[in-house]
Amino acid sequence: MIPAQFAYRRATSVADAVAALADPDAKVIAGGHSLVPMMKLRLARPGTLIDIGGLPLRGIADGAEIVVGSLTSHADLAQAAAFAAAGLQAVAECAAAVGDVQVRNAGTIGGSVAHGDPASDAPAGLIAADARIRVAGAAGEREIAVDAFFQGPFWTALGEQELVSAIVFPKPAAGSASAYESIEDPASGYPLVGAAALVTVAGGRVTAVRIGVTGVSGTPFRATNAEAATLAGAPVADAARLDITGQDVFGDTRFDEEYRRHIAAVVIGRAVERAIARAQGGSQ
Amino acid sequence: MSDQDTALHRVTLTVNGTSRTLDIEPRTLLVHALRNELSLTGTKIGCDTSQCGACTVLIDGRSFKSCTVLAVQADGTSVTTIEGVGSGRELAAVQEAFKQHHGLQCGYCTPGMVLATVELLNQNANPDEAAIRHGLAGNVCRCTGYSGIVDSVKAAAAAGVGK
Repeated sequence: MIPAQFAYRRATSVADAVAALADPDAKVIAGGHSLVPMMKLRLARPGTLIDIGGLPLRGIADGAEIVVGSLTSHADLAQAAAFAAAGLQAVAECAAAVGDVQVRNAGTIGGSVAHGDPASDAPAGLIAADARIRVAGAAGEREIAVDAFFQGPFWTALGEQELVSAIVFPKPAAGSASAYESIEDPASGYPLVGAAALVTVAGGRVTAVRIGVTGVSGTPFRATNAEAATLAGAPVADAARLDITGQDVFGDTRFDEEYRRHIAAVVIGRAVERAIARAQGGSQ
Repeated sequence: MSDQDTALHRVTLTVNGTSRTLDIEPRTLLVHALRNELSLTGTKIGCDTSQCGACTVLIDGRSFKSCTVLAVQADGTSVTTIEGVGSGRELAAVQEAFKQHHGLQCGYCTPGMVLATVELLNQNANPDEAAIRHGLAGNVCRCTGYSGIVDSVKAAAAAGVGK
């Protein structure tokens, strides 16, 4: 399979890439592991590809916050020690769960986020970590809270003439830890459900929690009811069911809705329990 | 889209240690550039959808599925294909390990499997069986049932391939 014809240009700077996006038929390519398959199937036929692969947007800066350049590969994220040190293990674990070695070497966090695939692992970790998506546009840079970023299947808050430049992870309070759990479709490797939980434990109690869920429905979401119940001291298995009941859940002939609702609650519960165990282990 | 933009693009790659310059359409996939332009047909096309790993090559030392990389994206990089792993009829240690331990039957997945093994052992010189299976998860074999491949990778590690 070969993509349809397109014009190709290498961006010389972020501003250059943004200017090129003034053409509504232009599309940015980074690792290309979402876009190239779509172009081969002719599901996407951009007139112009703007290659940002050579721009200096790669790397992880560990300071007051952790700032991840949008071209950072899933492989580099998965191996970065900064996340576990900050209690953000789930972010690295989401990256490690993506595809296989070759896909993690090529795929970038910025490309994944901009693509907005509802079956991607990455959004769960970003939601749990309360990340911000830094985007560059004609008017300069702005940041979008992750809770407002994912809006539907392959639909994000990214503007037409914007590209993702970085993901910013605030460091959680002392005593925090996180975990990502998923059950994958054995054929595709995509998560049927993925859940990331970030908890803060103080005095033996969970004092803060954020839970991100991906793969289950058209938009990755924050399990706010499970968060509230966990804070109120509800058993984890009970809390984990709360957000799934009202969700519009995918179903197909292999994995029907009932099954997916069931495993979603199981996976949310596992993520919360492992995050709590890690937080308690770290505080001893 | 002007005619000039869709015109041929000049791409310079170092392939198996030799600098090669190609004038190609931007939509040319790296695997097609290697096989059709450079006659390096050791790199196979299996699924053509970045699932099977038969087209695995190393780009700047890391493994990639060349059916999902545009050749223009690889401009300026160093690419290693199966032809660059051994030298002529002389097998590299990793290839010898696959030969000795029944790491192949039909052989179609083998070039990708060997390059994925090179990457795996570069990252982890002494992987256990779980790490081997995880590291080769992007490469599908329909013949061996994988146990011969796992043995081959263990033998390659013991031969010091990743060190």
